[in-house]
Amino acid sequence: MKAVCFVKSVPDTETRVKLAGDRLDKSEIKYILNPYDEFAVEEAVRKKEAGIVDEIVVISMGPARAQEAIRSALAMGADRGVHIEDDALDGSDAYATAKVLVEAFKKEGGLDSFQLLLFGQRAIDGDTWTVPSMVAEMLGIPAVVGIVKLDIDGNKATAVRMVEGGEEVFEVELPAVFAGRKGLNEPRYPSLPNIMKAKRKPINKYSLADLGIDASTVGKAGSFTEVLKYELPPARQAGRKVEGEPEEVVEELIKFLKEEVQVL
Amino acid sequence: MIKNVDFMGLEEFLSEEEKIIRDTTRRFVENEVMPIIEDYYEKGEFPNELIKKIADLGLLGMTIPEEYGGAGASYFMYGLACQELEWCDSGLRSFVSVQNSLCMFPIYQYGSEEQKKKYLPGMARGEIIGCFGLTEPDAGSDPASMRTTAKKVKGGWVLNGNKTWITNSPIAHIAVVWARTEEGIRGFIVERGTEGFSTPEIKKKMSLRFSPTGEIVLEDCFVPDDNMLPGSVVGMKAPLSCLTRARYGIAWGAVGMAAYCFETALNYTKERIMFGKPIASFQLVQKDLADMFTEITKCQLLVYRLGRMFDEGKANHVHVSMAKRTCTMMAYNVAKKARELLGGNGISLEYHVIRHVMNAETTTTYEGTDKIHTLILGRYLTGMDAFR
Ligand SMILES: Cc1cc2nc3c(=O)[nH]c(=O)nc-3n(C[C@H](O)[C@H](O)[C@H](O)COP(=O)(O)OP(=O)(O)OC[C@H]3O[C@@H](n4cnc5c(N)ncnc54)[C@H](O)[C@@H]3O)c2cc1C
Repeated sequence: MKAVCFVKSVPDTETRVKLAGDRLDKSEIKYILNPYDEFAVEEAVRKKEAGIVDEIVVISMGPARAQEAIRSALAMGADRGVHIEDDALDGSDAYATAKVLVEAFKKEGGLDSFQLLLFGQRAIDGDTWTVPSMVAEMLGIPAVVGIVKLDIDGNKATAVRMVEGGEEVFEVELPAVFAGRKGLNEPRYPSLPNIMKAKRKPINKYSLADLGIDASTVGKAGSFTEVLKYELPPARQAGRKVEGEPEEVVEELIKFLKEEVQVL
Repeated sequence: MIKNVDFMGLEEFLSEEEKIIRDTTRRFVENEVMPIIEDYYEKGEFPNELIKKIADLGLLGMTIPEEYGGAGASYFMYGLACQELEWCDSGLRSFVSVQNSLCMFPIYQYGSEEQKKKYLPGMARGEIIGCFGLTEPDAGSDPASMRTTAKKVKGGWVLNGNKTWITNSPIAHIAVVWARTEEGIRGFIVERGTEGFSTPEIKKKMSLRFSPTGEIVLEDCFVPDDNMLPGSVVGMKAPLSCLTRARYGIAWGAVGMAAYCFETALNYTKERIMFGKPIASFQLVQKDLADMFTEITKCQLLVYRLGRMFDEGKANHVHVSMAKRTCTMMAYNVAKKARELLGGNGISLEYHVIRHVMNAETTTTYEGTDKIHTLILGRYLTGMDAFR
């Protein structure tokens, strides 16, 4: 069977967020492959190594730098990439993004070709957690989001999710969407020989026109939500130290929790 | 173009693959080596488990073609990997430099087809570790004065002599040894287990403690004809061509060392409050930070250009001497400044900076001391040899 991994280029986890007015200052940001997407790619590569999957396609929508994220996934072991880039995509929210990903997926053969659709459960920048479910809904297939285990047997998959105090086990018929989280696997470091091989793997490029998408249905115009402005969280206040004998300290703490924090 | 220190915007001149190699190496050292380095450094040991992990990353045999188990990467990529490895530790980078430039390179460049097939794939997998024996107790800066001899006998050669200060010799499976024959200096591959071959470890080092160093003792050591490097023309040209590659990597590595120390000092001085203010707010401290930042940036530009020239075949050993000398001395000075700015904490292995200061004592010494590279530049400029 064939697998597709949807990936995103996001700011490095060590980025110190800076603002220019009420917009993000992106000038010094370094971008990486979304760490959650690495779980998806790693799982696909392991399924390929186990002989279950025979081709892994990586799809990403985004500006030129998205190609770096695709290349990282190819270096981990995916076979080829699909990059959707178009100026009109700027400002797309999760819904508009899902629409575009679905069209690119269909263009590559869609559900006739792919049985396994893998995502990271969230992207660490926008952090909406919604694109995997939206894509599944648009395609009319099941989605299990936040999985820590995935077993495949024929056209059936068993996926495990952690819930408070236990596990939730799903049996799903393929094709289906799965979104991974920490615990699913330990993503590998791409090795130097594989990085060199990734250089030669093909990446298909699509514009909106190639996908037959009307620009007015994506980007800002095609989105339900819009980011109005960015604000840094308020600077942390200095802490307060409670000193004295244990009895006094306890008393003062309780008073503080009751009167100032009002949690008691 | 090292993470967080790229004032001149070199990042935009890196290819996708180059960025992935750099970032993967950084992540590797952050996750796998930084958490254990202080303990190993203090004990003066190298963790053997690390070898397989380094090999799995493809860092052994980076520039060797795929058909011999290498990655077929460029020297620019090798430079980036060295930079990130030495951001962590010079000994770690030395391990990789020696295997790549001083052992796999001569076997690839000067070895027979049989030798390449026999050794290179295993070396790339980290199953065969090599070391490079050039320096002797009485032949350091002037290796051409070496006393180790190789005498032709029926079916092979008999080697006699002492090599010292040899990186990885205590853990090596093979040694690339340079010895004097009747016609001149030639290279030989000596396998561990050969009678008369031993590698006592050098203890009590206060620098490069993460890297095993030892001697190579050769006592009537017989090696078959097949173990001579047939392509090494008689003389110092072959060993020096290896050193040029290793020195190239040392220059890149030094930028990594300096960047680590600078970042640590910058963060520390912004947070450390003294006289009621962050120490970074004092003019004298800002002068140090500005100097460190500027010196690193200059060296980044140097190694970036050198790397491109190297891959285009335009760099020669003089370019490499300038870079090795300048970058290691820059890193030495930056590391010492950073140590000072960390106050008492600066001498603790926990902050890693003192380790870099100690390591810089080696990086400014091995593979040609600072003075020797100065003289190479002097000879290039004047045409006059001031070595003797
Ligand atoms: C940790 C470590 C690892 C090493 N690993 C290896 C290895 O793997 N393989 C290997 O072969 N070697 C290795 N070396 C050896 C290293 O390359 C030598 O130490 C170095 O070349 C200097 O030689 P020396 O120690 O004999 O010093 P010397 O040559 O005795 O130099 C002593 C001092 O005299 C100065 N000097 C020498 N000649 C001149 C001159 N003509 N004009 C002005 N000043 C001069 C030098 O600059 C230096 O300051 C290693 C060394 C160390 C410390």
